[in-house]
Amino acid sequence: MSIRERLSGNEAIATAMRQINPDVVAAFPITPSTEIPQYFSSYVANGQVDSVFVPVESEHSAMSATIGASAAGARAMTATSSCGLALMWEMLYVAASDRLPLALALVNRALSGPININCDHSDAMGARDAGWIQLFSENNQEAYDNMIQAFRISEHPDVRLPIMVCQDGFIISHGVENIELLEDDLVKKFVGEYKPEHYLLNAQEPLAVGPYANPPYIMESKKANLEALENSKKVMLEVAREFKQISGRDYGFFEAYKMDDADYAMVIMGSAAGTGKDAVDALREKGIKAGLLKIRMFRPFPASQVAETLKNVKVVACMDRTESFNTLNGPLGADVKSALYDMGSKVKVVNYVYGIGGRDVTVASLTSVYEDMMKIEADGTVGQAYRYLSLRG
Amino acid sequence: MAYNFKEYMERPDRLTAGHRMCAGCGASIALRNVLKAVKPEDHAVISNATSCMEVSTFIYPYTAWEDSYIHTAFENAAATCSGVEAAYRAMAKKGKIDSTYKFIAVGGDGGTYDIGFQSLSGAMERNTDMVYVCYDNEAYMNTGIQRSSATPQYADTTTTPVGTVSNGKPQNRKDLAEVIAAHHVPYVAQTTFVQNFKDLHIKSEKAIYTPGAAFLNIMAPCPRGWRYNTPDIMDICKAAVDTCFWPLFECYDGDKWVVNYIPKQKLPIEEFLKTQGRFAHLFKPENQHLIAEIQAEVDRRWEDLLNRANA
Repeated sequence: MSIRERLSGNEAIATAMRQINPDVVAAFPITPSTEIPQYFSSYVANGQVDSVFVPVESEHSAMSATIGASAAGARAMTATSSCGLALMWEMLYVAASDRLPLALALVNRALSGPININCDHSDAMGARDAGWIQLFSENNQEAYDNMIQAFRISEHPDVRLPIMVCQDGFIISHGVENIELLEDDLVKKFVGEYKPEHYLLNAQEPLAVGPYANPPYIMESKKANLEALENSKKVMLEVAREFKQISGRDYGFFEAYKMDDADYAMVIMGSAAGTGKDAVDALREKGIKAGLLKIRMFRPFPASQVAETLKNVKVVACMDRTESFNTLNGPLGADVKSALYDMGSKVKVVNYVYGIGGRDVTVASLTSVYEDMMKIEADGTVGQAYRYLSLRG
Repeated sequence: MAYNFKEYMERPDRLTAGHRMCAGCGASIALRNVLKAVKPEDHAVISNATSCMEVSTFIYPYTAWEDSYIHTAFENAAATCSGVEAAYRAMAKKGKIDSTYKFIAVGGDGGTYDIGFQSLSGAMERNTDMVYVCYDNEAYMNTGIQRSSATPQYADTTTTPVGTVSNGKPQNRKDLAEVIAAHHVPYVAQTTFVQNFKDLHIKSEKAIYTPGAAFLNIMAPCPRGWRYNTPDIMDICKAAVDTCFWPLFECYDGDKWVVNYIPKQKLPIEEFLKTQGRFAHLFKPENQHLIAEIQAEVDRRWEDLLNRANA
């Protein structure tokens, strides 16, 4: 029997962590993820978990300690946001290269500067090339569900990679919504016991981690990381299938919302997908064939599946909640366009930067994107292919 | 058990031969001897900052370390070690560990005094059950002899080169052992290669087997960076302690200071400086006042230490 609750996204993640009961959590506070280590510390203080909590002096040390703990043989994780993830940046690559199945709960927030505590995806996008798995969540339920599934994906022998579970700062992290939790025992059974194959604290087999790799070895190490990411796609689907059996909830690479016959498709990630679905529903009532593709797995990018889903639409709008300053497109736009190009698709693609640093995303603003797509189709040309949404005049 | 040199040296090496450190490198001498202090029946995990030590001892697919070893980056050996130590506690609680482990973080002065200072301070303040060993060769040697905050005043380095209007590093060195002592950790000690390694062996054993955080600062000369005849290393270390440039001391719990060696006759600082090419410019007649300045600072710090120890 599932448990009906009302929780914020941060509470949902902390609850998942309590149920997972990891060996080690090392974290440093940063808005809006601060509540996660706070809640978790109270679980430690009240004996609700067996975990050792390391209250480090920075996010760089949080990731370093999480790496050390994971290499030592522990199930280890951390949480952060924004500049905290940026400070970890150097260590993210090390975690992936050392093939450590640790987890990070990311509460998405704008990177400085100017300093801003509200949501966008610039933090996660800075980590997209680090060799990690990245899952995005639309709401507190998805944040919770993704967290419960995270270690099953990352620890799989064919994967062994760090995993990042992303949720939008404040919009999800602090927004209280209804949620269905799984029983503690069910989660415990689903997640299982972590049994590392090689680890530092194995007296029978000392281990050295983090070598200097000369040119004859380093490329092979990157290729192995890539193959593990490729493997994570299949493993993620297997884990999702199993998760559905205990939860009744469906997960995959993405959610295709009213895409079967769609002419106009929006590709989007995170909380704004919910707003986008409202826009789609209203447009459908007017007879406009709108659809939405909400990316859940951003790294590795499910390119062929995305392209297959978009192949019959007339216009695609890619929604990037970040700026990548190449003056061409955002990271999601680039990936979607590459996927379509590789499939030989000629579908028209327009790319928007939206919701930066907490700029409001409304049904009206996303409806205007569908209106733009209709105009593109009518004009027969995309025109300005890289646009800003809801910029003040 | 009383200290027994023979018994110590007969223990198997935990940092083995075959690594690629320079002949006569002080860092490898330091670590080989520190690790002798781990009881043969115990295990260790070594967390090494990026450094000469790291890039020369663990070149894939070879390792010179008999114990488990982890390198992650330059500035975080202490934080990485904190994670390993936390894993040990968590796994021991669940009955998943069947051996005694000691946790030893290792960095050069660059990874310790400078870029790794925050991570070190954090791990010390948390009183992590570990020893941080700094092999202090007084500059960033791995990148090619750039100044650090451990570099002595007026040393010639590649970022404080002696030139027509420069006499080398303008500033004095940071006293890191004192800074770590101010964290009030159970044990801080400073040592180098003297007295047939007795001082280093005893302090290593105390540091490793004292519960909680410990810090060991070891002056470890670098033949390339200091520019001396490689076999002279032991004489240079002796000169460093006899001039009181590098005092041997311990500090317990941040307030009980012990000076382990007071030279019968304190030698002038020239006896240390003249052994090394990095100080050669100081012996030009017009630079005598610079040596006097160094002497005054050495004297001031030595008196200060004695006062603390006698307080």
